[in-house]
Amino acid sequence: MKYLCMIYDDEQAWQKFPKDVQDGYMREYMAFTDSIKKSGQHVGSNQLQPSHTATTVRIRNGKVSTTDGPFVETKEQLGGYYLIEAKDLNDAIQVASRIPSARSGAIEVRPIVERPA
Amino acid sequence: MQHDPAHVRDQVDAIYRTESRHVLATLIRLLGDFDIAEEALHDAFAAAVEQWAEEGVPANPRSWLISTGRFKAIDRARRSARFESVDSSSLDSLSPLTVPEYNVDEVEDDRLRLIFTCCHPALSPDSQIALTLREVCGLTTEEVANAFLMPPPTLAQRIVRAKSKIRDARIPYEVPSRADLPERLETVLHVIYLVFNEGYFASVGDSLTRTDLSGEAIRLGRLLVDLLPEPEALGLLALMLLLDARRAGRATAEGEMILLEDQDRSSWNRAQIDEGTELVERALHSRRFGPYTLQASIAAVHAEARDAASTDWAQIVALYEVLLRADSSPVIELNRAAAVAMRDGPAVGLSLIDAILVRGDLTEYLPAHVARADLCRRLGLTADSIASYERALALARQEPEKRFITQRLRQLRATSPR
Repeated sequence: MKYLCMIYDDEQAWQKFPKDVQDGYMREYMAFTDSIKKSGQHVGSNQLQPSHTATTVRIRNGKVSTTDGPFVETKEQLGGYYLIEAKDLNDAIQVASRIPSARSGAIEVRPIVERPA
Repeated sequence: MQHDPAHVRDQVDAIYRTESRHVLATLIRLLGDFDIAEEALHDAFAAAVEQWAEEGVPANPRSWLISTGRFKAIDRARRSARFESVDSSSLDSLSPLTVPEYNVDEVEDDRLRLIFTCCHPALSPDSQIALTLREVCGLTTEEVANAFLMPPPTLAQRIVRAKSKIRDARIPYEVPSRADLPERLETVLHVIYLVFNEGYFASVGDSLTRTDLSGEAIRLGRLLVDLLPEPEALGLLALMLLLDARRAGRATAEGEMILLEDQDRSSWNRAQIDEGTELVERALHSRRFGPYTLQASIAAVHAEARDAASTDWAQIVALYEVLLRADSSPVIELNRAAAVAMRDGPAVGLSLIDAILVRGDLTEYLPAHVARADLCRRLGLTADSIASYERALALARQEPEKRFITQRLRQLRATSPR
């Protein structure tokens, strides 16, 4: 079963970290990614550009409407994701709890709808 | 062989009460889905009514019901597969050849799997309790709704949502790993305690208590103590044993309720009191105890007193105060107020209870009005006492309690100058 682990963290706080702290974080992320690649649980992952680069698109009255910024403005922003393969929710929670940002922000774990091929 | 149909039906009813939750817990593991397992359970009991009338009740009804339920589910899946051309691999997983053998130990573990699944932290706290009462304890939706003071449809909706989260997010049907166990335990303890309370003081119906539910909660408590002898698991089991020990003293032979102060303490179950007291001591000794151990300590103080008058009320008040620091709930405040009334007199207790009610807490909580009415009665405030008993009567849903309140009202009105 696949789960999307969405990483929510405070961008502003991150940008204020000194370079060595940021580098330490990135090393932890790389080590984590390697570990779930080795265990075969990694399906995909990406870091996102900061939320000020986001554009929200809707169609209203048949017309495309675009607005600047993320869909919801919150204290913590979606900063990246891992798509993982896990046995069940306990397994997925176990993986999500090892994502470095789980300590500073929060990880939302959502099961992926599986459709027959 | 002849089997009286009415007699068989009684036997099936009795077996339903004792076995249905065990059978369901195992069927969920074998079939991998709550709803399919519930359907299979119903099919199995329907088959039992017919078949047992012909053949008599089997030697091991639980195994019979589990096998029958499983076959009925496979049957249903095959029949619907013919219409819907379901992916055949899902049928293979149901085939009897691949189903693991079940033995007594595993069936016992299934009850624990079921409770930990129902109490999974990915479910909301309200859903955990609702689902456990419904699935583990077999309460009807109405009984669960009653325990929550909410309309049955709202409760039903909550259970449906919880089940679909278990299915869609794939919450596993397992006992948590040792590392996860302590934090998962806390939710389980809370749920078990609520189940016990429903059994100890039934919210609806003709009788004061529902022995099967308290027995169930105590059994679950024992299972947990075996699995994880954490102080609070000991404390909860002790609390349940100590309260349950008073069972025989709580009602007359006719089912009328008797207040703690009027109970014949020689009718209390000494073996349970000894076991409970020993558990409390073990829990206190750990120095890592919490609210359940404290409540059990209070129950132990009651248990060691000869009667209400010689009870160490000062110690009980002190224990409630420690408890309030750990968990500041208005219900605990009410209990403390009642203990203060015993230590310092009814007037002091009454002012504490009025302060809680004025805040708007517990205005729908029956014991608060009964406690207030009783203190007013002792103080000779007949009109106030009548008003509180009337309020309590309007909230009462259980027959012995209604009769008790009605009787108190009758006595008060007889002495009232009006």
